[in-house]
Amino acid sequence: MKPIIIEARNIVTSFGENLIHNNVSCTIREHEIYALLGGSGSGKSTLLREMIMLGKPSSGTIHIFGTDISHLSLVEAQGLRKKWGVLFQSGALYSSLTVGENIALLYEEYTDLPPKLIRELIKLKIDLVGLPQHAIHLYPSELSGGMVKRASLARALALDPKLLFLDEPTSGLDPLSSRQFDALIQQLRDLLGLTVVMVTHDLDTIHHIVDRFLLLGEKKAIAEGTLDEVLAINHPIIDYFFQKETHGIKS
Amino acid sequence: MCSGEWTLNYLKTVAIILESYSVISPISWEISNVTELDSAGVALWHLYYRKFEKMGFASEIIGSKKEHIQLYNLLYPHPQDDVIAPNRPGWLYRVGKEAYLSIKGIGTFLTFLGEAFTVLLYSLRNPSIIRYRSISSHIITAGFDALPIIAVSAFLIGVVIAFQSIVQLQKFGADILIVDMIGISLTRELAPLITAIVIAGRSGSAFTAQIGAMKMTQEIDAMKTMGFHPHLFLVWPRVIALMIVLPLLIFFADLVGIFGGMVIASTQSHLSYTEFINRLQGALPIKHFIIGIVKGPFFAILIAMTGTYRGFQVSANTESIGQYTTKSVVNAIFLVIACDALFSILLTELKI
Repeated sequence: MKPIIIEARNIVTSFGENLIHNNVSCTIREHEIYALLGGSGSGKSTLLREMIMLGKPSSGTIHIFGTDISHLSLVEAQGLRKKWGVLFQSGALYSSLTVGENIALLYEEYTDLPPKLIRELIKLKIDLVGLPQHAIHLYPSELSGGMVKRASLARALALDPKLLFLDEPTSGLDPLSSRQFDALIQQLRDLLGLTVVMVTHDLDTIHHIVDRFLLLGEKKAIAEGTLDEVLAINHPIIDYFFQKETHGIKS
Repeated sequence: MCSGEWTLNYLKTVAIILESYSVISPISWEISNVTELDSAGVALWHLYYRKFEKMGFASEIIGSKKEHIQLYNLLYPHPQDDVIAPNRPGWLYRVGKEAYLSIKGIGTFLTFLGEAFTVLLYSLRNPSIIRYRSISSHIITAGFDALPIIAVSAFLIGVVIAFQSIVQLQKFGADILIVDMIGISLTRELAPLITAIVIAGRSGSAFTAQIGAMKMTQEIDAMKTMGFHPHLFLVWPRVIALMIVLPLLIFFADLVGIFGGMVIASTQSHLSYTEFINRLQGALPIKHFIIGIVKGPFFAILIAMTGTYRGFQVSANTESIGQYTTKSVVNAIFLVIACDALFSILLTELKI
C-alpha cells in the first residue's frame, strides 16, 4: 500500500442551519488521481476548500502529509501551502500580471533563485502545460478558456508541488481539449510523481484517468473506491450519477 | 561532482558556484550522488550546460538515474528557442496614442449621450416604459442616504468660511457683513459645488462600479437579448434620480452651511441668531439662492452620465473596474468645476 497523503475523518460541515457534510471520511494515497464526485450542492467543492485551508469543517480532522491542518501555526501552514498547487475553476490568474509574471511571482516570493534561472523555469512550465511560448507575455484577458486553465496549471506547478488540487479542471473546455487536459494531468502524475485531487463532473475524466474517487450525496459519503468497485454497489445515487442502464458508463 | 538535493530551496548556492566557474576543459557532471532533483534543478543544469556548450566545451553526464532522464525528457522534449518580449513602444508613440484615444473618447461619449437621448425621446412618447420604481430607489440611495455626509460637509464649510472671514472683517469693525459673506458665497457657489463633489465621489463611483460589475458578469448582454434597453433600465433612472435629488441636497446644504456660519458668528462675534436671520433677509437676494439650485440638475446630469458611461466601458478584466471608477470620479469632478466656471462667466456677462 502506498503511503497516505490526505486523510479526512468524520468531517461535519454546516453553514448555519444548513448541513453540508455529515460524517464524511476519505483517504487519498500517494500517486493517486483521486476525484471528489457528487451532484450540484453535494459539498464536494466545500470539501476541497477545507483540504486547502480555505474553509474549516465544523468538526472532524483532516491530515495532510501527516499533519493535522486544523491546528497549525502561521509558519507551519505557510510551509504546507508551498507543498501543493491549486487550479481554480475559473483559473484565478492575477489579471494585472502577464502569464509569465503570474508564475514568476511564486519564485520571487519563495525562492532566491537568480533571475536567469527563473526565466528558464517559466519557459519550462509554459512548455510543460502545452502553451505556446509567446503566451508568457500575454495577459489573462487575452487568453482563451483552455489557455487560462493551462496557464493556471503552470502556475500551480511552479514550486514543483507533490500534491495538486484541481477544481473542475475540464469544465468549460471542448471535448477534445478536455481529453488533452486529462492526458496532460495523467502524464504529469506519472512523470513528476504527483498526487492529484480533483472535483469533477466529467464522466470521461472519471472513466479515463481517475484511479479512485469519493461519491458524495445526501450529505454523506455514498461510496469510495475505483470505478469498478463503486459500480458494483447497488445504490440509487450511484445509478443516477453514472446513468447506469442508459447511455452512461458500463462497468 | 554534484551531490545532495538539487531542488528549489537549495539551488541558490549551486547557481553561485556554477556562475563562478571559469571553464577550461570539457565538463563531466557526476550526478549519481544527487539525492533529489526537481524541475528547477534540471533547468539550472541545462542553463549551464548550454552556456558551457556555447563556450565550446562539451559536457558528459555520469551516473544519471532513470528518473533524472525521465524528468529531463519531460521538461526538454524539444530544443528551446527564446521568445523576445514584445517591444515597448517609444514615448512619442505613447503620447500620440493617448491623445488619439482621448479624442476618440469624446466621440464615444457623444455616441453614448446620443443613444441615451434617443431612448429618452422614445420613452417620453411611451411613458409607461419609464422605470419609476428604479428612479425612486435611486432617489433613496443617492439622495436620502447622502444626507448625513452632506450635512457634515456643508456645516464644516460654513464654519470654515465664517472663521476665516470674521478675522478679516473684525479689522474693519464690519462684523455684521459676515452674514452677507456666508449667505451669498454658500448659496451661490459653495453649497452647490461641495454637494456635487460629494455626490460625484459617492454616487458617481457607485454607478460605475454597479454597471461595471453587471458588464463583467454579462448581465448587460443578458438584458439586451431580452430586449431591456440598458439606457432605459440603467442610465436614465440614475440620471433622473440624481437630477431630482441634487437640487434638494443643495438646498439642504444651504441650510446647514448657513447654520454652521451662524454658530461661529454667535460664538466669535456675539451676533445672535435672530440678528443673523434678520440681516440675512435683507442681505441675500433670492437670485443667488435660485442660481445655486439651478446648477443642481446640470451637475447631476454630468455626474450621472459620466458615471454610467464609464461603467459601460469596463471590460472583462478585474482591474478595469477600479480604473474606470477612478476615471469616472475624476472626470465628474472636473466637469462639475468646469460647468461651474461656465455658469460664473455666463452670469457675470449677463449681469445676473
